[in-house]
Amino acid sequence: MANRPARGPKVNAAGLSKADYNGRPTTLCKGCGHNSISSQIITTCYELSIKPWDIIKLSGIGCSSKSPAYFLGQSHGFNALHGRMPSVGTGALMANRQLLAVGVSGDGDSGSIGMGQFKHMMRRNVRMVYIVENNGVYGLTKGQFSATADEGQFLKYAGKNELPPIDLCIEAIVAGAGFVARSFSGDAKQVRTLMKAALSYNGTALLDIISPCVTFNNDESSTKSYPFGKDNELPLHDLTYVPSFEEIEAVEYEPGEMQNVDMHDGSTIQLRKLEEDYDPTDKMGALHRLQWAEQKREFITGLIYYDDKRKPLDEVEMLVDEPLATLPDEKIRPPKEKLDMIMNELL
Amino acid sequence: MAIREAASQAAPLPEGVDPIVNDFSIVVATANGTGSQTANLAIMRAIFKMGIPVNGKNIFPSNIQGLPTWYHIRVSGDGYVARRANSEVLVAFNEATAIEDLQNLPSGGVCIYRDDLKGLPNREDVSMYPVPVVKLLKEIGAKGQFRDRYTNMLYVGVVAYLLNIDLEKVDLALDIHFKRRRKLVDMNMDVIKLCYNWAAENLTKTDPFVVEPLDKTEGKILMTGNDAAGLGTVFGGLTVCTWYPITPSTSMIDAVNAYLPRMRVDEESGKATYAVVQAEDELAAIGMVLGAGWAGARSMTATSGPGISLMSEFVGLGYFAEIPGVIWNIQRVGPSTGLPTRTGQGDIIPAYYCGHGDTKNILLLPGTIHECFQMGTTSFNLAEQFQTVVFVLSDLDLGMNTWMSEVFDYPEEPINRGKVLTAEEVEEKGFARYKDLDGDGIGYRTLPGTKSTKAAYFTRGTGRNSAAVYSERAEDWLETMDRLMRKFDTAREAVPAPIVEEMDDSSYGIISFGTTMYAIEEARDRLAAEGTKTSFMRLRALPIGQAVRDFVAKHDRVYVIEMNRDGQMHTILRDEMPEMNMKMISIAHQDGMPLTARYVVDRLNELEAQHGK
Repeated sequence: MANRPARGPKVNAAGLSKADYNGRPTTLCKGCGHNSISSQIITTCYELSIKPWDIIKLSGIGCSSKSPAYFLGQSHGFNALHGRMPSVGTGALMANRQLLAVGVSGDGDSGSIGMGQFKHMMRRNVRMVYIVENNGVYGLTKGQFSATADEGQFLKYAGKNELPPIDLCIEAIVAGAGFVARSFSGDAKQVRTLMKAALSYNGTALLDIISPCVTFNNDESSTKSYPFGKDNELPLHDLTYVPSFEEIEAVEYEPGEMQNVDMHDGSTIQLRKLEEDYDPTDKMGALHRLQWAEQKREFITGLIYYDDKRKPLDEVEMLVDEPLATLPDEKIRPPKEKLDMIMNELL
Repeated sequence: MAIREAASQAAPLPEGVDPIVNDFSIVVATANGTGSQTANLAIMRAIFKMGIPVNGKNIFPSNIQGLPTWYHIRVSGDGYVARRANSEVLVAFNEATAIEDLQNLPSGGVCIYRDDLKGLPNREDVSMYPVPVVKLLKEIGAKGQFRDRYTNMLYVGVVAYLLNIDLEKVDLALDIHFKRRRKLVDMNMDVIKLCYNWAAENLTKTDPFVVEPLDKTEGKILMTGNDAAGLGTVFGGLTVCTWYPITPSTSMIDAVNAYLPRMRVDEESGKATYAVVQAEDELAAIGMVLGAGWAGARSMTATSGPGISLMSEFVGLGYFAEIPGVIWNIQRVGPSTGLPTRTGQGDIIPAYYCGHGDTKNILLLPGTIHECFQMGTTSFNLAEQFQTVVFVLSDLDLGMNTWMSEVFDYPEEPINRGKVLTAEEVEEKGFARYKDLDGDGIGYRTLPGTKSTKAAYFTRGTGRNSAAVYSERAEDWLETMDRLMRKFDTAREAVPAPIVEEMDDSSYGIISFGTTMYAIEEARDRLAAEGTKTSFMRLRALPIGQAVRDFVAKHDRVYVIEMNRDGQMHTILRDEMPEMNMKMISIAHQDGMPLTARYVVDRLNELEAQHGK
């Protein structure tokens, strides 16, 4: 694809047009928040000039998990079992640590049936962008509450929700995740910026994106609705992602207003603070802020928590650089002398 | 404690008694968690090193410490290694079971017992040898944790004296056990020699059991099936191993973890060419296996019955989405927790049909530790060739007990990665993931990371067409399921062939698989000695091929022998060969213990009396 005609469609540094990042047409409802997230994944990968074959798309089961068919049609995808995407991703990334993994899950997939796998993925710190398209409701089965639904909320089909919501950002931080963000599918720019930063992160990066279900849970009384999100989103900071191949622009800010987070691949996240004393590198502060937000029904968004001190699983396992999947036979079957050695020990 | 010299002479046989040489069983009764395994293995390995065939079976409880455990050592100059229902020589070192253990001894048996056991009656028809454990421990000066360990070594010395086991071979056995760490060997040998000498001075042999050197174990090794299987997967090209602890599979992973760092660290970088991940449960373990298999690794997990139940949804996905992966099922006794430390063959049907909807899986059925080793390669090759989940069904008896074997040959079977297209091949020929281009039911796949814009496909458990595009069309569904069946039929002649031993003019045929072969081999010899000739086919895989059909067709009656209640293999064989199903008669027995030759002989004779006339 190197020699594209000069007057053809606009291409990125990889020589690909944006259309090269498209998937099949969506079959989700018109206006579904998930479609907007799919678009941001397409734009992000195009803008970062990622080669589609370097990416794998993974998902569990549910509306959210259908969406990997609707973006990056030139990337391998695996629509796995309900709540089990993390284990499939872990295996795939052990087999080939050079892949960039984008996982898409939902609140039912991660907050209920897959809670164990969700938490263990955070704990293992497998290098992967983990997107939860969070709408508080089961869509494909027609409107049951999920574990992230608001306490006391009413839904036509399900009645009243008597149980408190699970906050996936809190669960992720407690489980050891080092990149935990919350966003809103109606805030395309922030979603995109967080995605870019997440792709640079050396471990599991959780993006808990409130992504309204226009069919079953879009009443303004729900914290997972468009009207609520649009009126109440409270970004903790303005985010800018500066990839490693770009210069950081020197802009004048008041002291203390800016915070730069340098990532291991040389890129930087610039945070212009909107909430003055919020520091995303303070774990206890992050947990405190999340709890406070839940109590006050505040919809905080942004990079909630960042820490890059833990190694990802492939480094913990001390894997060779090349993919295990394609090692030549002589590297995966020891020579005869090694078997003789073992046999001699037994004789 | 100074190194002592042992008395040079073994116990003299009582006058006028004919010796029973190299043909008896020893049972050592101890409490779980006292470290008696080292002592038991030392006795067995020493006899083995004298050239005499042996087999060791640990009959242990689901418990960490305190409950009774029995170690059975069969000594057989004729080379029979099946379990025997009764042992002649008892080492009674567990107070909790001593009275019953003594009752179980046949008349003329031997009882070597701690002299401080309370309430142990004297049996006039048994040779009784008391061992003054407290006195001897005091003499040794053993304190604290060493007391238990040395208590077990005490009986090694006494048994060695009474049965005429060569002390040099005991030393050699411990040398292998402790991996040449001489200090440990010498410490233990000191205790053994002291007790040997004590026995020589204080015991008078009144029983006829002795061992005499033979030349039947030269070039042979002793190993557990799980150890052999772990080693086999390492030589089979294992790259991603995932697991969740469950008896009796855990020791296979222990072996994998022991061998991989010794053999599979990249010499240039010093880094691992493998990943071993302990999963949070069996669902995650199999999920990782399939994720890795999809991405091109040779991936494996090991589990047992309850784990298979948890994995079944993923196995169905692997079957339908056509993803390679290997599951070792070291079978124990179910349903549910069942008898977790006892052996059985009750997972044949659950594994063969594992998954929901229409699924059928390839099963490998090792019967020897050498096959455990070989199937380390075969299982990965079949999984990648057929792009499917392959089960290897071992069992607790094979996996955790210690067996003789010829030294393992370097695997002859080359590593076969199956139909995987490169970027160049995709660019040149295009790619439709599930298209049956070769008529064998097996499509071509690409691995994630293949550098071509045409290489990608979407893997899913929902309906699809041959280009891997979502489809709910009836024709596409039928095409997929028919092709999967065609693929399964291709596997029939690609899996390991059965082993057949025929006798001329045999009265009937016997089909079995796995560890039941040892009791059956011995039973067939006994039957032949009584004039009944039999033919024997040992299955090594499912699905069956033509050889099995031919074997059944050739005989008037075929007994299918297995260790479960419902006759699971019998059911599968009758389903596969409905036209011959009246010829196949089930012998299914499950009590948690390995089959005995006596049971097989009795049951065959009983059924022949009904059917054979």
